[in-house]
Amino acid sequence: MPQVYFTEDHEWISVDGDTATVGITDYAQEQLGDLVFVDLPAKGKKVAKGDPAVVVESVKAASDVYAPVDGEIVAVNDTLSGDPALVNSAATGDGWLWKMKLADKSQLEGLLDEAGYKKLVG
Amino acid sequence: MADAGDLKRLPLEDLHVAAGARFGAFAGWHMPITYPAGVMKEHLHTREKAGLFDISHMKLFRVEGPGAAAMLSRACPLDAAALEPSQSKLSFFLDEKAGILDDLIVTRLGPQAFMVVANAGNAVADEQHLKAVAKDFDCTVEPLDRVFLAVQGPAAEGVLLGAGLDLASMTFMHGVEPKKGWFATRSGYTGEDGFEVALLPAEASAFVELLLADPRLMWIGLAARDSLRLEAGLCLHGQDITTETNPLEAGLLWAVPKPLRSAEAPFIGARALSAAIAAGPARRRVGLKPEGRQPVRNGADLFDADGRPAGVVTSGGFGPSAGHPVAMGYVRADLADPGTRVFADVRGSRLPVDVAPMPFTPHRHRKG
Repeated sequence: MPQVYFTEDHEWISVDGDTATVGITDYAQEQLGDLVFVDLPAKGKKVAKGDPAVVVESVKAASDVYAPVDGEIVAVNDTLSGDPALVNSAATGDGWLWKMKLADKSQLEGLLDEAGYKKLVG
Repeated sequence: MADAGDLKRLPLEDLHVAAGARFGAFAGWHMPITYPAGVMKEHLHTREKAGLFDISHMKLFRVEGPGAAAMLSRACPLDAAALEPSQSKLSFFLDEKAGILDDLIVTRLGPQAFMVVANAGNAVADEQHLKAVAKDFDCTVEPLDRVFLAVQGPAAEGVLLGAGLDLASMTFMHGVEPKKGWFATRSGYTGEDGFEVALLPAEASAFVELLLADPRLMWIGLAARDSLRLEAGLCLHGQDITTETNPLEAGLLWAVPKPLRSAEAPFIGARALSAAIAAGPARRRVGLKPEGRQPVRNGADLFDADGRPAGVVTSGGFGPSAGHPVAMGYVRADLADPGTRVFADVRGSRLPVDVAPMPFTPHRHRKG
């Protein structure tokens, strides 16, 4: 069973062994509004916690999505190139953004659990 | 960003809250940005049926007196005396360098009375400017406190008729005072047929209720207002036109009557505008169509095929009706022909962008 974590920047991280799938929360997609473009990183790119990894663009504005932990991008959700609105309709499912190989699993300890995140967004 | 407590509040804010609006700051006002339908649906709904916009942040000035026409012909590159009763014209306040202080609509209400509708962001400066110019003329400048609503879209005429306001006989760019304290024009900022109606705050809630009884009408927020006007190729003052741009390079010289394009014309900025026309523009405002799906935004630098600076994007986003990203900006005059390829710097990448004709969606004004 994957373990799901959250960040204060409104991302979710679903961890299965050494690999994590990352997306934005339903709260975040609602705040952003209708997405029209997702700028995905290249596979193999190494990211450090806090680096902008993906840019999601709504009708009105562009917003960064940050790497929640250190690691290497091993897959990106190519479906979003043709259907960026999938992030709006299925933020925590088919609208995932990227998968990464974790460099340091201990970084996960600093993240929020679901109860903690729900408290954050009220 | 300004604290929400410092922002000016719309008289109808409670109605927007009840409609589920998400608010944000714009030009010093606490404004509805989107409603629960979201920007995409709001935009498309306006083009298909009709949208209701609260534009009470914009400022109305009533200018009246024997010297009103002469005063406005000093303040704007406009022959106010030549306006027919109820006729509206787009014009500007220019500075002495012919930079655009604001764009505005002037409507003739009567022999000695005019309405000036100006932008929210410049309301204070506009009032000072108009009153300063008016000192030399026999007329008064009265800023009005009104609720100001725009009803835009193909069903707009019918929606207003249903609410008891019959403006069917009025054509595009005309305005009247249908009731005491009211002002209505057939104009707008979406490219669609539509109206703008100013009314007394005390009567506004009841009128909005009448309007919204029509199922074709829904509230539309500022986000869709921006995407609608951008698709329609219309300028936002502060971005697409500023004191650093003149009407010539902005492609708005059509709003300046030909006899006034001379150094001797009476309006402020005439000498500089005439000199700019004689010299020809070094840059022009153009439509920009990014090649792929990725939007380019306000502030993105443009480069030509050789990597030399070509200009800058001043508005950019996604066009829900166009179905692709849309933008406008300024490019060097030698690059201004439609089809010319330039490149926008977006987060370090150079995205191909083609100079494109505007509007991106055809205007559907009721010209009579």
